[in-house]
Amino acid sequence: MECQPIIEVKDLYVNFYTYAGIVKAIDGVSFKICRGETYCLVGETGCGKSVTARSLTRLVPPPGRIEKGVILYYPEPGGKPINIMELSEEELRKIRGSEISYVFQDPNTSLDPLYTIGYQIAETMHAHGTVASIKEGIRKAVHILKMVLMPDPETRVKNYPHELSGGMKQRAVIGTSLSNNPKLLIADEPTTALDATVQDQIMDLLRKLRRDRNLTILLITHNMGLVAEMCDRVAVMYAGRIVEEADVYELFNNPLHPYTKALLRAVPNPLKRVEKLESIPGTVPNLIYPPPGCRFHPRCPMVMEICREKRPPEINVKPGHRVACWLYAEKRGE
Amino acid sequence: MPQPLVKVVDLKKYFPVKGVFRVKGWVRAVDGVSFEIMKGQTLGLVGESGCGKTTVGKLVLRLLEPTSGEVYYNGENIYKLKGSKLKEFRRKAQMVFQDPYSSLNPRMTVFDIIYEPVKVYKLKVSDPEKFIVDLLYKVGLNESHLYRYPHEFSGGQRQRIAIARILALNPEFIVLDEPTSALDVSVQAQILNLLKDLQAKYNLTYLFISHDLGVVRYMSDWIAVMYLGQIVEFGPAEEVFEKPLHPYTKALFSAIPIPDPELTRKREKLKAPGEPPSPINPPPGCRFHPRCPFRMDKCSREEPEMIMVEDKHWVKCHLYTKK
Ligand SMILES: Nc1ncnc2c1ncn2[C@@H]1O[C@H](COP(=O)(O)OP(=O)(O)OP(=O)(O)O)[C@@H](O)[C@H]1O
Ligand SMILES: Nc1ncnc2c1ncn2[C@@H]1O[C@H](COP(=O)(O)OP(=O)(O)OP(=O)(O)O)[C@@H](O)[C@H]1O
Ligand code: SF4
Ligand SMILES: [Mg+2]
Ligand SMILES: [Mg+2]
Repeated sequence: MECQPIIEVKDLYVNFYTYAGIVKAIDGVSFKICRGETYCLVGETGCGKSVTARSLTRLVPPPGRIEKGVILYYPEPGGKPINIMELSEEELRKIRGSEISYVFQDPNTSLDPLYTIGYQIAETMHAHGTVASIKEGIRKAVHILKMVLMPDPETRVKNYPHELSGGMKQRAVIGTSLSNNPKLLIADEPTTALDATVQDQIMDLLRKLRRDRNLTILLITHNMGLVAEMCDRVAVMYAGRIVEEADVYELFNNPLHPYTKALLRAVPNPLKRVEKLESIPGTVPNLIYPPPGCRFHPRCPMVMEICREKRPPEINVKPGHRVACWLYAEKRGE
Repeated sequence: MPQPLVKVVDLKKYFPVKGVFRVKGWVRAVDGVSFEIMKGQTLGLVGESGCGKTTVGKLVLRLLEPTSGEVYYNGENIYKLKGSKLKEFRRKAQMVFQDPYSSLNPRMTVFDIIYEPVKVYKLKVSDPEKFIVDLLYKVGLNESHLYRYPHEFSGGQRQRIAIARILALNPEFIVLDEPTSALDVSVQAQILNLLKDLQAKYNLTYLFISHDLGVVRYMSDWIAVMYLGQIVEFGPAEEVFEKPLHPYTKALFSAIPIPDPELTRKREKLKAPGEPPSPINPPPGCRFHPRCPFRMDKCSREEPEMIMVEDKHWVKCHLYTKK
């Protein structure tokens, strides 16, 4: 299938200006998401998944600042892109929550405890002009709750968040995000706070929405199992950079970056008996003083002299599979 | 027959739900749990949030008093222990908690954190500093960490300190309550391997609590699956993972995404609709019946017995009770 991009990120840099120093959180990240696919950003705590996702609509909170980069959004297939970096706050607000919408980890932070979920869905639609009145919105909310497979939607629409279980709350949040018919849904660890059986139900729902509505999904997770189950293409992040990107089957069958390889061997598989898990020595670096050269070099078993000095280039090993590692550079040092 | 180190018999713990004037009801957090753990082995306790895992862990260490039921440690009823015997039990049976951030006193140095329990139990140590440095090496730290404070350490390092603190007491039995859930995968593997090495070296016995099935399979010799305060399946780890019997176990295993795209997409899944109900008014009969795809008439009426279906493989489900 040919890739028709919906979002294209080029050379993104984000810093956080903290009391302790400048956190170089995102350090030259580039990727694109194709229409209709589920694209995954995976990596460990603090590697920059959420900041990258928020940057897509310039939602980076202070003391963070997007230093550099181009973010192109293609509203229509094959049409002309909009450079998100050049939009006014006003224009951005129109896109955020309607064309590009978010689902975050904790449903409690996305829902207002003082309003019924029907009202909250109606309000989101009203704010973007999808409905003429709140009343109409509440009527539509029942359909939306049906679409996200909320049990007993006619009753639930009148419920306050505390009257719902964790899984039902997350369904309500997903419903709110879908209420303006977005083209891109960014789901940032949407099930990390939920139990396994409930997580599975939410993933079924995302798959169904993708199929029925040709929704494009950016899924952010630290769970390699979810990546394997949900994604078409995957980018592995480490310390603010994408170290490898590939089709999901290719990534699991033929991981190239030493970090990806180690990560896959460190995840215990419940379907397999494992005698010894491989662990990665050390911990993720402090991003105020990131290691020079390849940011993984202090933990890498394959480290070479050049890795300590120069940033590895992004190498297209084969179509659709790129890796940022000196091991794969033809002429090292170039 | 070797005696189990830990034997739990029909343990119950009900927490009161307080109304304005009186107790409105009871949370049946643990409701008739029995199991045994042999010395040097690991029992993995799995189940979803709120099913009662932590409560079981605290009960077997007598950090909570039960509503009813018995726990025997080396053949002795722990709820009847007193004086020096109770103190000896408290030294030998320890717990590691999930959160490596709140379990260490932020105002104490690593030295003091590890040495404190040694003083409490009045253990004889001739050279405290050497004693503690030796412990630090056992958990993969070293003397440079001695006089530093918890905030200077990463999550994984703090969990190592928590483990060193327990090792100082020369324990036999450790309840590990989600010891790696707050950690990244790469660090999780380090801690799991450390726990396995220590177990082999000192013949430790573990009750390993987790909701991560991959981790539990890696660590355990035996598995107990909990649902709403009860154990619904119990058996040798390999048996339970290869041939799960209880519909809840099957649904739980099906719901776990497997880090292998071919395998995870083509395997058969058993779906359980809905979410676990409240432990305040658990469903009658089999507690899983409202969500069970194999439900029969009697499932909502009669509570199934725990029966042994295969050698040492127990299940609590009417599908396996003889007519
Ligand atoms: N408000 C902030 N102030 C200072 N630094 C921040 C802030 N938000 C993020 N960062 C830094 O930016 C980096 C990337 O953070 P981000 O939240 O994107 O990580 P993540 O990959 O989403 O991690 P997690 O899996 O924990 O959600 C981190 O190193 C973090 O310390
Ligand atoms: N001190 C308490 N007072 C009242 N209810 C309690 C108390 N401790 C636990 N409970 C309730 O008992 C039930 C079991 O709790 P427990 O913490 O043992 O579950 P768990 O399996 O460890 O869950 P998790 O995976 O979320 O840690 C829950 O419904 C909980 O709300
Ligand atoms: S660039 Fe060097 S240090 Fe970085 S992952 Fe590759 S081999 Fe390892
Ligand atoms: Mg995040
Ligand atoms: Mg618990």
